[in-house]
Amino acid sequence: MISCDPVGDAAIRIKFNEDVTPTLNRKIRSFCRRLSHQAVEAIIEWVPSFDSVTVYYSPYHMSYETIRNMLLELASGDMLLGEDTKMLVKIPVFYGGSAGPDLEKVAKKSGLSVNEVIEKHSGVDYLIYMIGFLPGFPYLGGLPKELATPRLDNPRSSVPAGSVGIAGSQTGAYPLASPGGWNLIGQTPVKLFDPDRDAPFLYQAGDKIRFVPVSESDYRTIEKQVHNNTFQVEKEVIRNEQPSD
Amino acid sequence: MSQPLFKFRKTGLQTTIQDLGRQGLQQYGVVVSGAMDPFALQVSNLLVGNGRDEGALEIALMGPELDVLSSAVIAICGADLSPAVNGVRAPMWRSFEVREGDRITFGRPLSGMRAYLAVAGGFDVSVDMGSKSTYERANLGTVIEKNMVISGFNVNGFHGLGLSHTDIPDYNDPGYIRVVEGPDTDHFTEKGIESFYSQQHIISPESDRMGYRLKSAEIPHKNGADIWSDAIPFGTIQIPANGQPIILMADRQTTGGYARIATVISIDVPRVSQLPPDGKIYFHPIKVDEAQKLAVKEEQFLRILEMNVKDAAD
Repeated sequence: MISCDPVGDAAIRIKFNEDVTPTLNRKIRSFCRRLSHQAVEAIIEWVPSFDSVTVYYSPYHMSYETIRNMLLELASGDMLLGEDTKMLVKIPVFYGGSAGPDLEKVAKKSGLSVNEVIEKHSGVDYLIYMIGFLPGFPYLGGLPKELATPRLDNPRSSVPAGSVGIAGSQTGAYPLASPGGWNLIGQTPVKLFDPDRDAPFLYQAGDKIRFVPVSESDYRTIEKQVHNNTFQVEKEVIRNEQPSD
Repeated sequence: MSQPLFKFRKTGLQTTIQDLGRQGLQQYGVVVSGAMDPFALQVSNLLVGNGRDEGALEIALMGPELDVLSSAVIAICGADLSPAVNGVRAPMWRSFEVREGDRITFGRPLSGMRAYLAVAGGFDVSVDMGSKSTYERANLGTVIEKNMVISGFNVNGFHGLGLSHTDIPDYNDPGYIRVVEGPDTDHFTEKGIESFYSQQHIISPESDRMGYRLKSAEIPHKNGADIWSDAIPFGTIQIPANGQPIILMADRQTTGGYARIATVISIDVPRVSQLPPDGKIYFHPIKVDEAQKLAVKEEQFLRILEMNVKDAAD
């Protein structure tokens, strides 16, 4: 059952009250698509998350009751119907070395070799459940269970931009330098967020990410191409994939 | 054509450019930023004939020192940080003219935390992702540095427009801060909720544009503080495991992972933003429709002011 709650006087949360699964993510994505087809002056923006969508609106143009009824109506019917196009975005990563100071720790904890960790981490297409924390920071689902590693006891005061890490059962990549407590296993030379680029973001919630292992020298080459704006991130279109929970 | 307007002889404690923020990009994780006191920002803009969303200087507690390089019409609204022109007290909540060679200074903070200095025509600074707001962490907007010269689209407008003294907010008497409860009310014990609304909270010195940390008697959770990361509007109050509330402010992240007990109503957000460290507050819950009536009233006030300014300019 879908429920609505105010988050202050200018935002409303639509909660789907289901377990967090790829199927729920597909429903949330389809709800956001329906929202984007609405031309309602009152609606400012919306933020999809793991199990809800929060809509920011102007109470001058629409009351809580009115927007609540409108959104409940919008969320009715089969949310899994219709074509569902998303992107698979391939992010090159140099694993280990100074770029991944915690890779060996993750290997030791999992009982796998370093190469097996790299193989497993890069062998999954991760679903982007939501984006938050930093511009372009993806919350990814699908980390192989054996790679789960608790956060650092003492977070680093600065994690370099592009770092790829593991925290608990989550994996992700830092678009900007930031303090952080994730176990760092590698780094991408790609700018996950670049306000000066025509498309500042490479993906949105609902897309998938695949980490592609590259050598240190490939990393340097790509880094130069990124610097000269000649690097193209590889993307594939995924169509109508049936969600498997 | 823009021309050099001010030179920063001193930058002040935390002087930034702020408009109403970067809206529409939160789903990509882009922080909204914008004025901590949106009411004072909008009034300062209207009094010089700007649009409400124009970028102005946001000046925190210890103000900058500015050399005026070309004549301009300005208005200073928000906190009273003892603004002066050539050593003579300057008006607040009223537009006035400064001339080439003048020096604008700030002194002792008399009330509030943040003042807004708007200039007719607006500042000629970079617009990043739709906003002039400074957000240093993501290299968005302009960072103000010592000896920097800031230009403006100088408009030789009218001046002398002011707000009636009954419409000027009193930051020295914040009283109760009104909130809308939830959405994670069920994460707290009954005692926790009761304690949140009955006790006096104190603003911690570790408060900034991102969030106001409160020193409070611990607010206990039922089963831990963590939620699935979710949206956090301006003024939302989250309570982490230590039971100490944090009010999320203009530079908050787009999502947070701690239970949200309530959200400050829109028209009371500026009253929080103007509270200094060690300031004291109480929270009082009201219904969402009541909060919205108040928000609509304030929006009407700003729209009427905008119309009056247009009439005065004609």
